[in-house]
Amino acid sequence: MRLFVPLTITFVAGIVMILQFFVPATQSMGESLQEWYMIVASFAIFIGAANLIQVHVHRIRFKGRNWKYSPVTIVGFSVMILTGLIFGIEKGTPFNFLFLEMVAPMSATMFSLLAFFVASAAFRAFRASNWRATLLLISAFVVMLGRVPIGAMIWDRIPLISEWIMKCPNMAGQRAVMIGAAMGMVATSLRMIFGIERSYLGGAD
Amino acid sequence: MGKFTEKLGSIDRRIIFTVIALSVIIPLAVRLELPIPISPGPSTDMFDAVEALPAGSVVLLSFDYDPSTMPELQPMAVALTQHLMRKDIKIVSMALWPMGVSLGNEALISVSDSLGREEYVDWVNLGYKTGGGVLIVRMGSNIKSVFPEDYNGNSVDDMPIMQHISKLGDFDMIISLSAGDPGVPAWVMMAGDRYNIPIGGGCTAVSAPQFYPYLGTGQLIGLLGGLKGAADYETMVRIDQVDPPPGTAIPGMAAQSVAHLVIMLFIILGNISYLAGKKKKGGVK
Repeated sequence: MRLFVPLTITFVAGIVMILQFFVPATQSMGESLQEWYMIVASFAIFIGAANLIQVHVHRIRFKGRNWKYSPVTIVGFSVMILTGLIFGIEKGTPFNFLFLEMVAPMSATMFSLLAFFVASAAFRAFRASNWRATLLLISAFVVMLGRVPIGAMIWDRIPLISEWIMKCPNMAGQRAVMIGAAMGMVATSLRMIFGIERSYLGGAD
Repeated sequence: MGKFTEKLGSIDRRIIFTVIALSVIIPLAVRLELPIPISPGPSTDMFDAVEALPAGSVVLLSFDYDPSTMPELQPMAVALTQHLMRKDIKIVSMALWPMGVSLGNEALISVSDSLGREEYVDWVNLGYKTGGGVLIVRMGSNIKSVFPEDYNGNSVDDMPIMQHISKLGDFDMIISLSAGDPGVPAWVMMAGDRYNIPIGGGCTAVSAPQFYPYLGTGQLIGLLGGLKGAADYETMVRIDQVDPPPGTAIPGMAAQSVAHLVIMLFIILGNISYLAGKKKKGGVK
């Protein structure tokens, strides 16, 4: 029974979602399922928030690894929720101020750190060890120069060559990846609908 | 000389980090501004597509990003909003990412105030709803069932801008500023392909290459890729303006130029050291 119910739900939902493209009578059923999906997905946000608190409270209680950061997470989470609920989220409210003056710069800072790691990794790993790696290296240089104004100042054709690399070799590679991934997705979806692929049930088989 | 070239390959990463930091900070601090050459490409396609829209058109602008990618995508949001509002094109905005709502609102309010546009008449922010691709499909049949109220909690039925908008097909164009999933691909697949609506996109530089197949097939009418795309758009929007408002992408390009050169220099140094080491071992053929 534990297996039959989720497999049946998956089969019915999957078949309805496919049929709604071809059978007009099933269109309203498909729309209902889409609404259910949105409601379930909304609940997932609450579950995520509850899980975050649970994990960090547990870490503080048992003095787990890096537990000293957990109070910061809980305080930040609580402050954002309370300011949003009490004062609203419109422009000029404390929530909006905290979001724009703290959350936004801190998030941007974290993402910007990538530049340092990319530079360090490129220095250590980007080697012209054979002709293929050399070709990749030259392409990378052309694209890097083509994406900044200084490239056109060096030679005005660099941006055009960079665009050609993006439009031809890159596009060909991306299309291959995209088609391969799409076919894999279709195959996996069919395996899930027909109950062959069951890993999404959390190991119950 | 041999020892020197070998040592080049083992530069301490703290030196690399410091040089990269300086290469970004100094151009920004001295306000170095380089001319942005505009060459035909996805950015100009995007600009031309917006330019071709008649006044009174309605565009759906989706802010599908969060603050981590704000340095690249927020200048696009501001430049696009300026272009649309200056052409008297109405903007209905929303977000597939929860934090995109506030960032989008910031761009809309600042540009709207500077150009004297009116909320609910010239623009509205519908806010965020979860669901990604499924949300887009639902909007294809009925937007008001998905967004009965806007970001501020006002009923969309009472808004002049929403009087003739009931489904995705009523929009003249959809533009998604996207930092990942859900974003541009979801809009292309769920809205562009199903309802035949022109889709434009903006994305981070790192994700731009994966969207080129959509450009090749015409599923995307244009694409702003990274800070370069934002700077291109800022430049094109400012061309015929007497006193253009300051943007952040154009000054950022100088810092990016220097940083790219520095990274290339480090790669060259690393390779000199690698080839010298290989030659010493007799490995070069």
